[in-house]
Amino acid sequence: MIDSPPRDFGFGPDEEMLRDLARKFLDESLPVEKLRVLVAEDHDSVYERHELPRWDEAMWKKIVELGWSGLAVPEEAGGVGFKRVGIVGLVEEAGRHALPSPLVATLNATYVLDETEGASDWLARVAQGTTASLAMTNAEGSWEPSEGGVSAREEGGDLVLDGTAYFVQDAFKAEVLVVAAHCGGDRALCVVPTSSAGITLVPDRIHDLTRDQATIRFEGVRVAKENVVSRDAVGALERAWPSVLVTVAADLVGCAEWQLQTTVQYAKDRKQFDRPIGFFQAVKHPLVNAMLDIDRARSLVYNAACTIDYGDRDEALKAARMAKSAASDAGAFISDRSVQLHGGIGFTWECDVHIFFKRSMHNQALYGDGIYQRSKLAETMIGEI
Amino acid sequence: MSSPNLTAEQIAFQERARAWLEANPAPETDLELPLSPLELATREQVEYYRDWQRRCYEAGLVGADISESYGGHGHSGCQSIANREMSRAGAPFLLNTVGLSMMIPAVLAHGTEEQKRRFVPKALSGEEIWCQGFSEPGAGSDMANQQTMAVRRDDEWVVNGHKVWTSFAQFAKHMILIARTSREHKYDGLSFFLCPVEGHPGVTIKPLVKMTGELGFNEVFFEDCVIDDSLRLDDVGKGWTVAMTVLTHERGAAEGAGGGISSVHPIERLIALARSSMRNGRRASDDPVTRDAIVQQAIAHEGLRQNARRARVPALNDHPMRLRMQQGVLATELEQSCARLGVDIAGARSTLYKHDAAAPENGYWPLAYMNSYGFTISGGSNEIQRNILGERILGMPKSK
Ligand SMILES: Cc1cc2nc3c(=O)[nH]c(=O)nc-3n(C[C@H](O)[C@H](O)[C@H](O)COP(=O)(O)OP(=O)(O)OC[C@H]3O[C@@H](n4cnc5c(N)ncnc54)[C@H](O)[C@@H]3O)c2cc1C
Repeated sequence: MIDSPPRDFGFGPDEEMLRDLARKFLDESLPVEKLRVLVAEDHDSVYERHELPRWDEAMWKKIVELGWSGLAVPEEAGGVGFKRVGIVGLVEEAGRHALPSPLVATLNATYVLDETEGASDWLARVAQGTTASLAMTNAEGSWEPSEGGVSAREEGGDLVLDGTAYFVQDAFKAEVLVVAAHCGGDRALCVVPTSSAGITLVPDRIHDLTRDQATIRFEGVRVAKENVVSRDAVGALERAWPSVLVTVAADLVGCAEWQLQTTVQYAKDRKQFDRPIGFFQAVKHPLVNAMLDIDRARSLVYNAACTIDYGDRDEALKAARMAKSAASDAGAFISDRSVQLHGGIGFTWECDVHIFFKRSMHNQALYGDGIYQRSKLAETMIGEI
Repeated sequence: MSSPNLTAEQIAFQERARAWLEANPAPETDLELPLSPLELATREQVEYYRDWQRRCYEAGLVGADISESYGGHGHSGCQSIANREMSRAGAPFLLNTVGLSMMIPAVLAHGTEEQKRRFVPKALSGEEIWCQGFSEPGAGSDMANQQTMAVRRDDEWVVNGHKVWTSFAQFAKHMILIARTSREHKYDGLSFFLCPVEGHPGVTIKPLVKMTGELGFNEVFFEDCVIDDSLRLDDVGKGWTVAMTVLTHERGAAEGAGGGISSVHPIERLIALARSSMRNGRRASDDPVTRDAIVQQAIAHEGLRQNARRARVPALNDHPMRLRMQQGVLATELEQSCARLGVDIAGARSTLYKHDAAAPENGYWPLAYMNSYGFTISGGSNEIQRNILGERILGMPKSK
C-alpha cells in the first residue's frame, strides 16, 4: 500500500476532463434517436434474419483516435496508464449512452494482460487500437478463473488449443482473444487473433441489442510461444478481477441513470387524471428509491476503483464485489420501474426503454449478479461454510 | 488520512480535536446509557451527558463556527470537522440536540442581538436544554395545521394549546414553539417563540410511554401561558419561515451532531450474533439466506459511507443536494433494517426483552428495532422525505 486512498477517490482534473469530453462526444455522436436507428430500427434483422447487432464502426475509429480503448495500457507499454477511477468515469458515460462497441471487452482484456509479464507487445498493440476480448468461460457460465472449456497441449514449442469458450463478449468486434486454457495442472493465458486458423465464432442469439456475444470453438489452434503470455492465467484473472467487475458495474450505473432520468421525464410529461403521473406517490416514491439505489452503487463504484488504484488487493476485490452487487440490483430495479411506469408504450419495441433494459439485464448477469457477489463476499466477511 | 482540501485553520483544528478526544475519553459510568438522545430517561443520565457536552464545549468542539460574542469559538468550516472527529472517536452524543441544531441556527438567522446573547452561550455549554414544540395531535406531517393559539395582550402573548411527541421537554428549560397568531392564513398566520417551560406557569408536561415501554417524549399543555413579546423570534406571521430554517438544520444534524450511536460496528455485531445463534441445526452464520441478508446490510452500510465521501467531490455530483438530502433516509432505514435482521437472526431468543437475563445483548435487538421507528418518523417522516427528494431533486410535481 502506497498511501491511504484519497478522500476524493483520486478523481482529479484529468479524470473530470476525460469524463466531460466523453459525455459531450457521446451526446453529439450517439443521441438516443441515433442509437435507436442504429440498433433497433430494423426489428427483422435481429429477430427474423438473426443478423449480428449493429454498431457504428466509423464512430469506433474516432473513439480509438481519442485513445479510450488503450486507456488501461500502462505507460511502459506505450499507453496512458489511466487510473481506474478515470476509466469508470468514462465507462459510466458509455453505459449512459448504451454505446455498442468493444470498449468494455477491450478494457477487461487489457486488465488481464496487464497482470502478466509477457504481454507488453500485445498491450502496445491495444494502445494502438487493437480490440480484444476475454475467452475464459465454460458452458455453465462459470465466472471462476479456474474453470474454463479450452485446453492446450504442447507441440514443438507451440501450444495447440482445443475446446470451446462460451459467453465471449463482443467477440465479433474483437481482433484478438485473450484465452485462458487448461494446460497440464496450470492454466495458460494465450493471445490469439480471432482470424486464426481453427477458430470458429458462433453468434449467441442474445436479447441485448448493444453488443454481440459468441461461443467460440477452438480446433487445433496453434499459438506461438511468444503469444503464450502467462502460465498462471488464474493468478492474472484473479488480480484483474476487481477491475473487470467495477468496469461492468460502471456501465450498469450509467445505464441506470439514463433509465432514471428518462422515466422521471416521462412522469413529468405524461398526464392521467388531469395530472402528471409523477404527482402520484406510487410513481414518485419508487423513482426516488431507484435514485437512492443508483447513488449507492455509484459511490461504491468510485470507492472500488479508488481502492484498486491506491488500496490493497483483498480490499479491492471486496469493494468491487460490493459495487457489482449494488449496481446489478440498482440496474434491475430501475429497469423494472422504467418499463412499468411507461405503461403500454413501455412494453413496445418503439419505446427506447427496452434498449437500456436489455443492456442492463445482460450486465447484471455478466461476471456474477448481486446474489453471486454476495455469496462470494460472505466467504471473506463471515467465513467459509 | 490525507485531506487536501482543508484550510490551514481546519487542519490545525482537526489535529487539536483529535488529540483532545484521544486524551479525554468519556468518563466511565455505571449508568445504563441510552442508544440515542431520544431515549434519555433519567436525570442521572442527563447530568452525565450535560457534563460531557460542557467538556466538549470547553475543548472547542461545540460552537466551533459560532462567533465569540455568542459564546462560540469563532472558527470557520470547523464544526463539521468536530462532528466527524467525535463520531470517529465513538464519543457520546451531545445532549442538547434541539438547542444546538435547531434553536441556535434559528436564533442566529432570525433573532435580535439580545436574543443571541441571552440564549446561544448557555445552549452551547449544555447549561440550558431546549425542546421543540412543533407537533400537535392534528399537526404532524402537515405541520402548518397548528391549532395552538397565541393571542396578543399588550407586550405579552397568551398561549393555549396542546403539543405532542415533545422530546426532552421533561429536562428542558425552554421550548422553540410555533403557534398560530392568526386564523386567516394557514402559513402566514404562524409565529415563533422562545418559550420558557421549566417551572413556567400555565405549562404542564406529561410523559408519554413509547412502544418500547420506556419513557421518552411528552405531551405539553398550555393553559393561559404568558410569554413576553421579547421572546418572539422574527416578525408576527413569520413563524413558518423560521420553522423552515429549523427543519433544514434538523435533518442534517441527524448524522454527526455528536458521537457514535453505538461504538460497535453494526455489521460486526450482526456477524457475531449470527455466529452465536443456531438456525435449523447449524450456526446462522452458515445459513446462506442469513449470510446474504447480512452482506446486503454490509453493502448498504458501506454505501452510506461512500455516499458521504462522494458528496464532498463536486465533480461526482450532478446536483449539489442530491446525495446530501438522501443521507437521513438511508441512515435511518439502514439502522432499522440492521436491527430487524438482528431480531430475525436471534430467532426464538429475540422474544426475550431487556429485563430477561437470557436475552442476547440485554434485549438490544428488539429494543433497537422498535426504537428505530423514532428515526424514520420524527423530523419529517421518510415518506415526506421521499416527497421532498422526488420534488426538489427529481423535479416531479408536488404531492400536496
Ligand atoms: C421519537 C419521536 C420524537 C419526536 N420528537 C418531537 C419533538 O421533539 N418535537 C416535535 O415537535 N415533534 C416531535 N416528533 C413528532 C414528529 O415530528 C411527527 O411524528 C412527524 O412529523 C409525523 O407526524 P404525525 O406523527 O402526526 O404523523 P402523520 O403526519 O399523521 O403521518 C402518518 C403517516 O402518514 C404519512 N404521511 C403523512 N402525510 C403524507 C404525505 N403527504 N405523503 C405521504 N405520506 C404521508 C406519514 O409518513 C406517516 O407514515 C417526534 C416523533 C417521534 C416518533
